[in-house]
Amino acid sequence: MAISRRTTLSLRAVALLYLTLLLLLPVAVVFWRTFEHGAGTAWSFMTTPAAISALWLTILLAVIAVPLNTIFGVGAAMVLVRGKTPRAGKAILDALIDLPFVVSPVIVGLALILVYGQGGWFGHAFTSHGIQIIYAVPGMVIATVFVSLPFVVREVAPVLAEVGDEQEQAAATLGASPWQTFWRVTLPSIRWGVAYGVVLTTARALGEIGAVLVVSSNVAGSTLTLPLLIFQRDEQVGGQVTTSVYAAATELAVLSIGVLLLMTMFGSRTKEAR
Amino acid sequence: MRAGLGAGGLGLGIAMLYMSAFVLIPLASVVAKAVSSGLGKFWDSIDNALAIRALVITMSASLIVAAIGAVMGTLVAWILVRDTFKGKRFVGTLIDLPFALPTIVAGLTLIALYGPNSPVGIDLAFTRGAVIVALLFVTLPFVVRSVQPVLIELDREVEEAAASLGASNTTTFRRIVLPALRPAIFSGAALAFARSIGEFGSLALIAGKVQIASLVIYADIENGSPQAAAALSVMLMLVALVVLFILRTIGARVGH
Amino acid sequence: MRTGPRRLIVLGLLSPAGLAVAVAGCGGSSDAVGGSGGTSNAAATTGSTQLQLVAYSTPKKAYDALTTAFGQSSTGKGVTFGQSFGASGSQSRAVDSGQPADVVAFSTEPDMTRLVKDGIVAGNWDANPEHGIASDSVVVLVVRNGNPKHITGWDDLIKPGVDVITPNPSTSGSARWNILAGYGAQLKEGKTQAQALAYVNTLLTKNVSVQDSSASAALQTFTGGKGDVLLDYESDALSAEKTGEDIQIVYPKQTLLIETPIAVTATSSHASQAQAFLNWQWSAAGQTIWAQQGYRPVLQSVASQFTNKFPTPPQLFTIAYLGGWSKVKDEFFAPQTGSITKIEEAAGVPTAS
Repeated sequence: MAISRRTTLSLRAVALLYLTLLLLLPVAVVFWRTFEHGAGTAWSFMTTPAAISALWLTILLAVIAVPLNTIFGVGAAMVLVRGKTPRAGKAILDALIDLPFVVSPVIVGLALILVYGQGGWFGHAFTSHGIQIIYAVPGMVIATVFVSLPFVVREVAPVLAEVGDEQEQAAATLGASPWQTFWRVTLPSIRWGVAYGVVLTTARALGEIGAVLVVSSNVAGSTLTLPLLIFQRDEQVGGQVTTSVYAAATELAVLSIGVLLLMTMFGSRTKEAR
Repeated sequence: MRAGLGAGGLGLGIAMLYMSAFVLIPLASVVAKAVSSGLGKFWDSIDNALAIRALVITMSASLIVAAIGAVMGTLVAWILVRDTFKGKRFVGTLIDLPFALPTIVAGLTLIALYGPNSPVGIDLAFTRGAVIVALLFVTLPFVVRSVQPVLIELDREVEEAAASLGASNTTTFRRIVLPALRPAIFSGAALAFARSIGEFGSLALIAGKVQIASLVIYADIENGSPQAAAALSVMLMLVALVVLFILRTIGARVGH
Repeated sequence: MRTGPRRLIVLGLLSPAGLAVAVAGCGGSSDAVGGSGGTSNAAATTGSTQLQLVAYSTPKKAYDALTTAFGQSSTGKGVTFGQSFGASGSQSRAVDSGQPADVVAFSTEPDMTRLVKDGIVAGNWDANPEHGIASDSVVVLVVRNGNPKHITGWDDLIKPGVDVITPNPSTSGSARWNILAGYGAQLKEGKTQAQALAYVNTLLTKNVSVQDSSASAALQTFTGGKGDVLLDYESDALSAEKTGEDIQIVYPKQTLLIETPIAVTATSSHASQAQAFLNWQWSAAGQTIWAQQGYRPVLQSVASQFTNKFPTPPQLFTIAYLGGWSKVKDEFFAPQTGSITKIEEAAGVPTAS
């Protein structure tokens, strides 16, 4: 299609205007409001004891959930793509993996209360041994694992399929054990898919709010993540509350933009590898 | 790799175990709770004004968002693929921002610009407008990323042939490009819809009295009405599953 | 080459950790709004106790002051607090479902009796001179500075065009106090119960535009620009005024005395320290801090020093005037059958079931 210059410019203008109004400007306003009263004020809001422990807890949840889902993700991708099991079993697994994409996070929170809370299916089993799942960090970990579950599988599986198994078969013929084949042939071939999946998983884990809101006890200093802190701070009033909310939001945004850059970097390498 | 690592039944078994522990059992408990007082009570929980309104408002908002997203997402994909301008790489990265940014921050950013303290004087807070804008933000990447690869792969020769036969740009777009893009646009829009109906974080601070299903579920949980929350959750999950099913069948037919 | 992506992943995960270290290493002002008011979880000095306080949504600033002062007092040395604030009903249900708590402070009595029923709080929690009440407040009408809509009392709230903000009574104790205050005010004016209920109906269906889950969320909504009148605790309104919000407090002629209960849980493993905290709150020192934070003291000797700060509405009534909480809870707020529950359902607001 030979598009006239005028049409090209109009299309470009409309698209860019849309993106500016929807994405750029709002994010810019948050940064502006954060530093409105000076960098010192913003920094002080980011370094209150509650904010510091919120940041650590947010990172802790990601540090637990991401490796778990990565190992599962690579394993499940292997099963789905290389597996010699009946198609029905694989199809079921494949369909189930999509569930965390479409289940609303509050439903996840509700589900965990119904399973692990007082009066829940396994509630008594845990509380009778003094283990607190709901209203404590373990519940928040499980929630984070749930919502960030599918990303590694969904990034690794297509790469695994495209790469094909000739090299693996060659390795087997040459006498390599299954573990050696996996570690030295398969894994390197899917590395960018894994990396991209890990980054997506991390982003999702860092930003989770719906499910952890329901299962957290909301105690500042122990069970508040950064998203929950934002939620809670938003309920305060007073002159600088807006700044405190936006300061926490900026902190989270900076983290996310770091993840976004990794996403871009690994995303392009994944596409090249395919 | 014959009977290699994880390739056999053991691997499938372990994967299913992981899925059961983290996903299936929790979701089953929601279904169980929804019908725990009998199917009659389940139906009552759904068949009341609030639940129905919440479902209708949520789905209509999500449909609008999917429709707008389909159009604007295709447009953005178009300029990313077919156009060249300074800062295109930056724009390409920007598209993924909604995937990276936590939803609650997304909601805050929109309220900062289009809420009560708006620097440009637009106040959408607590209206359906706010809901639509928030959902557009959160679902932006779906259509763009779905259409982009298809657009890249598109064979320009067919378009050039059409042009040489005298077809106008509009005709070429309508009859050659659009049909080729349609499955991708549809799947991106369907994903945007499925994501929108369950969205919580970006709407929690801005929806006010607009009855969004996920917010009603949250209120029900806080109110100590887990059965009502579970019933509404089941309805929401059913809708999402139907969309997923449609997506997979269409995807299979197109041969992705 | 094989270590490439792994290294990048590690880097990617380390950078947030790096940010956290930078932030932690600089330790900032712990007094800032939103801070936890001096709670340190893991690094507690040996011999110090941490009590879990679960409270309703609005008294955060007050409890920050109280817990700090208690920690410096002779009976409270070495005691630190983990504090959780939220809508009274939600918090009560959470403790009922197993959320750890040593001290519970709710907005309404039913939120406390729910825990008594399940053995989490002892039945004699109110068998003391203060009847288990930490401090009082009253329901007030909060308007924009200058009172542009000329709100003077309850009847002005149901005039057409008046936008009223009040939370959801299913989750928020404050909401219940607010609605009951309006209802009781009608009775005080000589109306019948049916007319009073009709007033509540009009108010909730026609004039209330947003019902947040808690009092603090409702205040946030109001100060964010929505609504003409906010129904709230006097203490919350005073606190907002102090921080410079552009609001004005209107004391209606008739209003309800808000009595917020507090108790030590039977499940607490630090019962003596928790009780010491309660006793200290009822001492002159504790009650003075309550008064300074905008709450009406229950100790007469302290109350008499603050009469200027807390005006007495001419027709102040208590929950006893309406029949007491056990009657009120069932008649008005019982799930599905309560008269106000039904009004809320008709208004499209999520209710307990």
